[in-house]
Amino acid sequence: MSEIAAETRAPALRVSGVTHAFGAKKALDDVSLTAPSGAFTALLGLNGAGKTTLFSLITRLYENRSGAIAVLGHDVRQQPSRALSRLGVVFQSRTLDLELSVLQNLLYHAALHGIGRSEARRRSLAVLERVGLAARAKEKVRALSGGQMRRVEIARALLHGPGLLLLDEPTVGLDIGSRRAILDEVRRLIDDDGIGVLWATHLVDEIEAADRVVVLHKGRVLLEGRIDDLRARGGSEDVGTAFMAAVAETERPNTAAERKTDTAA
Amino acid sequence: MSLVDRAPVALSERSPDFLPARDVSFGGYLVCMGGIVWRESLRFVHQRGRFLSALVRPLVWLFIFAAGFRATLGVSIIPPYETYVLYEVYIAPGLIAMIQLFNGLQSSLSMVYDREVGAMRILLVSPYPRWFLLVSKLVAGVAVSLLQAYAFLAVAYFWDVQPDSLWGYLTVLPALILSGLMLGAMGLAMSSIFKQLENFASVMNFVIFPMFFASSALYPLWRIQQANVLLWHICSYNPFTHAVELIRFALYGQVEWTSLAVVSGFGAACLLAAIYAYDPSAGLTGRRGGPDAAK
Repeated sequence: MSEIAAETRAPALRVSGVTHAFGAKKALDDVSLTAPSGAFTALLGLNGAGKTTLFSLITRLYENRSGAIAVLGHDVRQQPSRALSRLGVVFQSRTLDLELSVLQNLLYHAALHGIGRSEARRRSLAVLERVGLAARAKEKVRALSGGQMRRVEIARALLHGPGLLLLDEPTVGLDIGSRRAILDEVRRLIDDDGIGVLWATHLVDEIEAADRVVVLHKGRVLLEGRIDDLRARGGSEDVGTAFMAAVAETERPNTAAERKTDTAA
Repeated sequence: MSLVDRAPVALSERSPDFLPARDVSFGGYLVCMGGIVWRESLRFVHQRGRFLSALVRPLVWLFIFAAGFRATLGVSIIPPYETYVLYEVYIAPGLIAMIQLFNGLQSSLSMVYDREVGAMRILLVSPYPRWFLLVSKLVAGVAVSLLQAYAFLAVAYFWDVQPDSLWGYLTVLPALILSGLMLGAMGLAMSSIFKQLENFASVMNFVIFPMFFASSALYPLWRIQQANVLLWHICSYNPFTHAVELIRFALYGQVEWTSLAVVSGFGAACLLAAIYAYDPSAGLTGRRGGPDAAK
């Protein structure tokens, strides 16, 4: 099918030239980035960098008024339902129904994607198996730990077989063991299924050498490349230091990034 | 497929329907709406406190308030009643509408609450059109309000508050659906406009009490006209009055056409407002505040 071929050629996510303002405040300023299929792309930024706004636009909570966003080649404005059906999301805030069981939460989500009951049940158990929570399917979500809830949310995001998985600071508030487990799980998904992952975070230690990094700061993309590019940019072997240096660089006048804003304004 | 004969399906060996972008189908629409109604009902069943208070509130009015005022407030013969009716009988339709009012606003509050905890986000990333998701949410709310209304009618039956004929329980159904849709749509529209409803008390003060008391729920309009003409005007324009009258007449197998028009019209207007407000391109979410406002 040419449809599939087209999807395979297109990157999991392509954002090009997106600017978004709330009133006078520009939350995103000419943002372009790519998250290829089969790769882990870390969206690195401090709080308020615009990560959540970008996620809201990709998930079409509201529309981008400039630029374009495409999920596996499907533009979110032109073909919203196609784009959304290829997208799995784990939001920053908890989005599970605490009163309902794990399985009920998954079945509800499957219904939202138009997946019928028996198929939904099969898929739910399959994804729960994957995240190692099949035994807890009948339990109320309230009984799970924070890390387990996150894993259920990841399972839920995979239920409809997305080609792009978005995660908005998924490890915030979790202990180090759960963080590790979730990262490993997501990396396994990339290896096994070849899906593209965009992982928003402000924690540099979640990024590995082979990952792609996009640094977002005050609504602008400072850097898109490998972790070594970030080290080079920040002039430090330590990624955290390099990141802070790269961010601080934009605060100084007459840097490349600053000149860019001047011309934009 | 039962729980037992599941085969562990690795997503790596994806079934064909995993890969291509599936277009949303008609059957899918039904599955989606069914799922939303199912979840709303489950939540309702799990929140026993909500069901109980939804039932107890109107019963307190019926058993205590109405009994106390029975002597004070005589109701003369007005349509659809053909004989003198007890005050309890008079206020029953108003109490049913009150149940639906509470339910409509409570589900609107749950939208706001959902938006905060993010469940709303999950609803909105569904590939189905936004208007359809909102209508499904509305249908789910109406289904729950019907359960509540009939539970109240059943208790009222044993308190001798009954329509002329048992057919009334059937003829009231379309009226209940319409009034439920109107009040639910009103709640939806409100939920999109208010970023945050701090607590239910402010909704009670600013919406429920004025709507309920400035209506024909507790006293016939002609009585209000005698007392205060301005208030009478307000009451006769109040959409809630028309929801009450629609239910009152339907319980007696009759149609109050003006009320039917007002309830349908106001309901449709609220629904359109809500759809507009939640629309990603036209809507308010993208314009007002940052992501925090819409989280």
